[in-house]
Amino acid sequence: MTAPAIVATDISRTYDLDGVSVPALRGVSLSIEPSDYVAIVGTSGSGKSTLMHLLGGLDRPSAGTLLIGGRDVSTLNPAEMAKLRNETIGFVFQSFHLLARTTARDNVALPLVYRGIGRRERRERATAMLDRVGLSHRLDHRPNQMSGGEQQRVAIARALVTDPSVLLADEPTGNLDSTTGQSVLGLLESLNAEGVAVVLVTHDREVAGRARRQIVMKDGVIVR
Amino acid sequence: MRLAEAWRVALDALRANRLRSMLTMLGIIIGVAAVVALVGIGTGTKGQIEQQVEGLGSNLLLVVPGRLEAGSAPAASTMDLDDVEAVARVVGDRDRVAATIASGETVRAGSRSTFASMQGVLENTPDVFVRRLDRGTYLSRTDVTTGRRVAVLGAGTATALFGDRDPIGRQITIGGVRFRVIGTFERLGQSLGVDRDSEVHVPVTAAQRLLGTDRIDGLAIRAPDRERINQLSTAVVSVLSDRHPDTDFSAVTQEQILGVLGDILGVLTGVLAAIAGISLLVGGVGVSNIMLVSVRERTKEIGLRKAVGARPRDIGVQFLLEAVLLTTIGGVLGMALGVTAALLVDRFSPVPAAITWWSLALAFGVSAFVGIVFGVVPAQRAGRLDPVVALRTE
Repeated sequence: MTAPAIVATDISRTYDLDGVSVPALRGVSLSIEPSDYVAIVGTSGSGKSTLMHLLGGLDRPSAGTLLIGGRDVSTLNPAEMAKLRNETIGFVFQSFHLLARTTARDNVALPLVYRGIGRRERRERATAMLDRVGLSHRLDHRPNQMSGGEQQRVAIARALVTDPSVLLADEPTGNLDSTTGQSVLGLLESLNAEGVAVVLVTHDREVAGRARRQIVMKDGVIVR
Repeated sequence: MRLAEAWRVALDALRANRLRSMLTMLGIIIGVAAVVALVGIGTGTKGQIEQQVEGLGSNLLLVVPGRLEAGSAPAASTMDLDDVEAVARVVGDRDRVAATIASGETVRAGSRSTFASMQGVLENTPDVFVRRLDRGTYLSRTDVTTGRRVAVLGAGTATALFGDRDPIGRQITIGGVRFRVIGTFERLGQSLGVDRDSEVHVPVTAAQRLLGTDRIDGLAIRAPDRERINQLSTAVVSVLSDRHPDTDFSAVTQEQILGVLGDILGVLTGVLAAIAGISLLVGGVGVSNIMLVSVRERTKEIGLRKAVGARPRDIGVQFLLEAVLLTTIGGVLGMALGVTAALLVDRFSPVPAAITWWSLALAFGVSAFVGIVFGVVPAQRAGRLDPVVALRTE
């Protein structure tokens, strides 16, 4: 058994809104194992998005200890956090977040730009990754020339191109019809089978039911 | 992120908003063009005037009554031809001392008339100031001593009165008095739009009779060599002061005139450049403004780039390069426009213009600098965006 990819110990996150402290997360502990398949479920305002931002290293807890890839995020500056995200985490968003004027291949290659990898190698790796998600015929298409399902596959390829240990997917099927959503989930599961930990954030019970374990959030705490 | 990649991304962003990029650049283009063109005109004018003053001949000493300093009005002259003799004794060579009395007069020939500067002079004027004749002869010693009514015409005056006909031997009237034309000068051309060929040289004695005076306006001395100029200057002023205890006299050298003119034109060029610089500044504010809009518009893109591993510095550099690219492309276009404008002015107007490499280098440097200065704030703002907030923006 290798070390967990992410370990959160009693983490809290409080937002300061116009001088009023609003707790979004209150003492959450969990760990994400390599090759884990976890669904974080909860209603809007339950704190599941806040938790996902913390697990992805986009934000830092107000209290508690958070280890990502074995590193304590409270000791890292923004540049080191960026490097950590680049090396450890792959993000998949509900609204895809692809660069509109950029081809599928260059969208996928984007994380490698910030790793200082040369153009040729970037394109090679992006091409291979698009092939892996079944889009080798869409290399030079722009997002507006592709369907929603294809765009989400491009986003998944982008999340995987850096060979991360954890894939964080925030409502990955939220903007897709159910058939397309099923195929995207299938893709995530096959990737998980190849050894990438997958963390799904969703309010959809059916989607969550496919995960190996579920974490249910309510009012900033894990209830189950 | 590699710098080459950052340039590519910045160029791409500018291309995505072609019209907006062009309009933003326009402020820089106009500013740089104005700086280049106006500095070119200033430099050209300075060069031309210096050339003309040098054309007066070197080792020249001009003596006029009154103190020569900024803000003082020219004093009425009390000098006469006896003073010229006295100065000539100091100099030791009569041929090196020229005297002038000048007056603007209407000159007629037949039915034609023109306005010209009548210069009452001695026969040695073409030697003291370097002037060449086109036709005929200049005034003689006898013409001056006897006050003969003969005249040598500037090229412009000759053309105005006689067209293409040969003026030599013909009659003209100056202030109603008849003179005979004995020569014409070579054409000098214009200086700052002023015609330097509208003049008539007559014997100083004839001019004095015409004007009803026995004064002269000033003296000019050609020193035998450069080293003696200062010594001569002091000696001449002291002789004249002895003869006219109530009057101050000033002697200026060509170098002093060049120095004063150079200072004045340098200040003028500086002022022109500063005014043009203000428009460049306004252009820079425009760049800053558009970059802030661009950062706001692309908040989501910034969030995504940060999520996949862009450091604050990567984002900052990207936006800074975009601003610098805007201003340097604008700067190059502005330089082209400014050079074109200066060349057109030089060609089709009497105002001269000269493009110098340093002014182009300066304009390019300043436009790049403006990009950095006005790009820093938007770039910092972009770099510091919280990725969570940026991603949430819709």
